[in-house]
Amino acid sequence: MSIFEYNGSALIAMVGKNCFAIASDRRLGVQLQTIATDFQRIYKFHDRLFMGLSGLATDAQTLYQRLVFRHKLYQLREERDMKPETFASLVSALLYEKRFGPYFCQPVIAGLSDENKPFICTMDSIGAKELAKDFVVAGTASESLYGACEAVFKPDMEPEELFETVSQALLSSVDRDCLSGWGGHIYVVTPTEIKERILKGRMD
Amino acid sequence: MSKSAVDVPPMGGFNFDLCRRNDMLAKKGVNPPSFRKTGTTIVGIVFQDGIILGADTRATEGPIVCDKNCEKIHYMAPNIYCCGAGTAADTEAVTDMVSSQLQLHRYHTGRESRVITALTLLKKHLFNYQGYVSAALVLGGVDCTGPHLHTIYPHGSTDTLPFATMGSGSLAAMAIFESKYREGLNRDEGIKLVCEAICSGVFNDLGSGSNVDVCVITKGHKEYLRNHMLPNPRTYISSRGYTFPKKTEVLITKITPLKDKEVVIEGGDAMEE
Repeated sequence: MSIFEYNGSALIAMVGKNCFAIASDRRLGVQLQTIATDFQRIYKFHDRLFMGLSGLATDAQTLYQRLVFRHKLYQLREERDMKPETFASLVSALLYEKRFGPYFCQPVIAGLSDENKPFICTMDSIGAKELAKDFVVAGTASESLYGACEAVFKPDMEPEELFETVSQALLSSVDRDCLSGWGGHIYVVTPTEIKERILKGRMD
Repeated sequence: MSKSAVDVPPMGGFNFDLCRRNDMLAKKGVNPPSFRKTGTTIVGIVFQDGIILGADTRATEGPIVCDKNCEKIHYMAPNIYCCGAGTAADTEAVTDMVSSQLQLHRYHTGRESRVITALTLLKKHLFNYQGYVSAALVLGGVDCTGPHLHTIYPHGSTDTLPFATMGSGSLAAMAIFESKYREGLNRDEGIKLVCEAICSGVFNDLGSGSNVDVCVITKGHKEYLRNHMLPNPRTYISSRGYTFPKKTEVLITKITPLKDKEVVIEGGDAMEE
């Protein structure tokens, strides 16, 4: 059994027109037993930068705490928020530092960079960045997620349409994965507001 | 937090803190994850005016394609580029690191970087880690001593060649080079040969795919042709797209309005006394 399948997770980030959406499932399990149905996988670093962490939950929480520390230090020194591209390089460096004893996490980073252009990126567990222009996925359901997103993605979607698309892709993929699911948690971020929604899904 | 985490970062380089825990997990039957590899076909040739490098653009994670258009030709210096195959994080980290070292060396010496310098820095690093840093590279560039093309293996051995291929698609690409390469190719013939070699990797090797990137380096000039050829377009997109008339069921909605942050530039009076 792979270490990534210990807790189970599903994450998507998708780009729309001057907005982005980042979504995750809500299950926390220990192999086949579910121990929580409201687990938070997506963290907000500042108003325009979100990161989701899939994989081993303990490493995800440790990595999040280390990154919050580094980001707060940056805010103190630079007196401004970190740009998503810079943050992605920081995460990549932190993960590559542990190249021979890695954190068992796959981050998905989403943010609005200069001129409100959406930025998304994912990495494998040792920090190999993948910058995509359309969508990125991570987690135990990633194979279904790739297929679902490829099929329903359209460029330049408005926030409401983007929300529907990401929700449908997420819910249909986690329905085919035993280790993730129990609802969905989705953030749709535009330059003027953050909409956070909890989705109703199959509770099995 | 322990003291070592507060010094940020203490010395750079690799950190082996989690190795003991990961070994313990491995003994309990929990397998370590597979890393993203760039399955890959990467090639380079020497032509009459310099070097042409070529690469495909597929990145794989096990059997799944995780990036359909990644960049495998990395910048090292204005006159030197390097293609990377193997574990994606290793090729990116090692080429970034040597690129910074070359920049510092340029500042120190005041001269254009030589390809042999990049080669020595790369092979030293890779040999130091005894092949565990899994990066197989094709390094090419034009400096004051002429055009140079080298291959570097993960254990640190190097070859200097007129035409080179690396990666899982290297046999397919080498077949094209062995039959069609000759000395003194001009620019168009060189690009055509490189594209043909990469395409043979793309179509015959399962670890390579998508598009062809080409980089032409000549004395004093370089051209990075990103996505020079797109032999695998996506033709099956439904033009109407998918609409979802039945809305997703939402349990809770929370809206946080964002205000535009005002940037206040102070007038510089604070220090005046």
